[in-house]
Amino acid sequence: MILPALILLPFLGALGAYVHRQAAYRTAWLVIIAVLHTALVGETWVARPDPILGGWIAVDALGLLVLTTVSGLFLVTAIYTVGYLRREDPRGGRAFVSCLLAFLGSASLVSLSHHLGSLWVGMESTTLSVAPLVFHRHDRRSLEAVWKYLVISSVAIALALLGMFFLATAQFSPVDTGRSLVLEDLLDHAPHLNPAWLKAAAVFLLVGFGTKLGLAPMHTWKPDTYGEAPSLVSGLMAGALVSCAFLGIARMVQVTLAAALGDFVRPLLIGFGLVSLAVAAAFLLGQRDVKRLLAYSSVEHVGLLVLGLGLSGVGAYGAVLHVINNAAAKGFMFLAVGNVVLALGTSIAGELRGLVRTLPVSGTLLLIGLLALTGSPPFGSFLSMFIILRAAVDGHPWVAATTALLLAISFVGMAAMILEMTHGAGAADERGQQPGTKAPIRESAWLIAGPVALAAVTLLLGVYLPASLQQALSEAAVSLGGVVP
Amino acid sequence: MQRLVELVLLLIVLTNFMVLGTSRLSTCIRAIAFQGLLLGLLPPLLHRSLAVYTVALALSAIAVKAIILPRFLQWAIREASVRREIEPRIGFVASLLLGAVAVAVAFGTAQQLPLPDRGGSLAVAVSLATVICGLIVLTSRARALTQVVGYLMLENGVYLFGLTQAARVPFLVELGMLLDVFVGVFIMGIVVFHINREFDSLSDTDLTELSER
Repeated sequence: MILPALILLPFLGALGAYVHRQAAYRTAWLVIIAVLHTALVGETWVARPDPILGGWIAVDALGLLVLTTVSGLFLVTAIYTVGYLRREDPRGGRAFVSCLLAFLGSASLVSLSHHLGSLWVGMESTTLSVAPLVFHRHDRRSLEAVWKYLVISSVAIALALLGMFFLATAQFSPVDTGRSLVLEDLLDHAPHLNPAWLKAAAVFLLVGFGTKLGLAPMHTWKPDTYGEAPSLVSGLMAGALVSCAFLGIARMVQVTLAAALGDFVRPLLIGFGLVSLAVAAAFLLGQRDVKRLLAYSSVEHVGLLVLGLGLSGVGAYGAVLHVINNAAAKGFMFLAVGNVVLALGTSIAGELRGLVRTLPVSGTLLLIGLLALTGSPPFGSFLSMFIILRAAVDGHPWVAATTALLLAISFVGMAAMILEMTHGAGAADERGQQPGTKAPIRESAWLIAGPVALAAVTLLLGVYLPASLQQALSEAAVSLGGVVP
Repeated sequence: MQRLVELVLLLIVLTNFMVLGTSRLSTCIRAIAFQGLLLGLLPPLLHRSLAVYTVALALSAIAVKAIILPRFLQWAIREASVRREIEPRIGFVASLLLGAVAVAVAFGTAQQLPLPDRGGSLAVAVSLATVICGLIVLTSRARALTQVVGYLMLENGVYLFGLTQAARVPFLVELGMLLDVFVGVFIMGIVVFHINREFDSLSDTDLTELSER
């Protein structure tokens, strides 16, 4: 009963939240559903439930890790939303909470789907549930952002569907290849898949899900969408949505590797990874808006994810671990920026100075986030980025060198802006135009509890990986053709 | 029967060129509606049966692709009182030429990707050509509404490919497909409506505030 509950609970919750007339009920409802969902995920860790619907919905290590990441980040975001909705009244009112919950349901469907058609349906509904959340301010910029997001991701999802059809066609063979588009059957009968159609499928799935993931050069929607959406929505997209899209690509990689087409798909993944790292490094320098800065940082990190997949070996382990680290670090960073925007009304870095004094908790979180996102020890992302780099050193020294250089450039870009925001004493003080630059502003507990918890998680993952997590990571890495470091 | 299928596929390619070569929005919408009708005719022809499933597939495609969505788009251009495409990023003659290249590329690619059971490669070629033409319209046109038409073309291409596999792949995929067309345009339509109310123009050319400086 756990598997259907994981998917249906958020959708029923979305309906329930829409019925409630009072905002306080709706937010309480949101938190209750999020807590229940996380509890159910915890239950799944204790004993993995049997597949249902003839194996369409099932749990494996990779899906479970993504599900846990999504659920954990959602719980934090739900708690943050309580504080956020007290301060802001986003457009759509009742629909806001419902869309958030519908997103959780769709993301759970993606994580648990072992039928690639239903995985696609889940991916499509994440797009649809997020779109109204992006369009929260009724102005030109927000409109442009949501239009770009809708057009680009609709095209992406259509191309991914074409990839799915190609995959189903690749199963067309005189030999029995099992039920169409069911992951287990695809993997079992992989040697009988038609290689030409499978290659075409791999390319279309990579471009389709890669656009959802935000790989360069299909990343153009990302800075606009993350920049214009409310910070908590951007955080959810950069953490949870990215994890789902990664899972879509990982499923494709599993099938192509089983069909012995690794030599075809690996260079593609490495190529997209390096281009994303390069584009991110170029645009991280000289950004003005901190949310757009984080969006380019997200382009950098998804580049690392596919790079890890492409390098294989220990790289696959690093990539799966990095999914968790990226979600945690991006999540609290966006929420901290959200606090800054709520308190000071802007996310333009030039107008923000000395945040460690004005907003002690959020300012410090920004500083911690800078370290976590750039992979500094002792944070979790140091570990995963180090493993990915090690995989590169093992087989592709020039990839390792390029990656290290690009990561260094990105560090400079990120550090320049964030340090100026947290510690800089700009001219704004003398002009006296910046409200509240002197006295610290009181921060609501609802708004800082979640990000602080996530920051603790990133720190913890850097120094200690629990045994059950290590086991799941190893299992996932092996299923992606990798080895355990 | 085979002749009829080939005729329908040929007409689908022609509707692509109609969209590529016209500046009148209402012609675009009529062409896309006609294409939807043609797609609706295909399931019974391809599968040579009038089973309930095939007929349901045909009727739902006609209802959504040939009637509801075009009506919706017609309503949108009346609301916004736009008639013509404003000078596109790629001219109409150039788009037609690109479309011809797309068809050639599609036929070449389809040669490389033979369907294992029968000579359905014409359907594959036409579906790929429609996908590419849809992408051309999406990227080269300035009006938000024309972009929606381009997206519908893209979807029609994907749907056509799905039809060649409909006998084997469970119907869920096609349901998802129709849902996709429907909801996608529904939401895009709402946004178009907002663009309309906000700026009295359905052009997205001046939506450039967010580009990198």
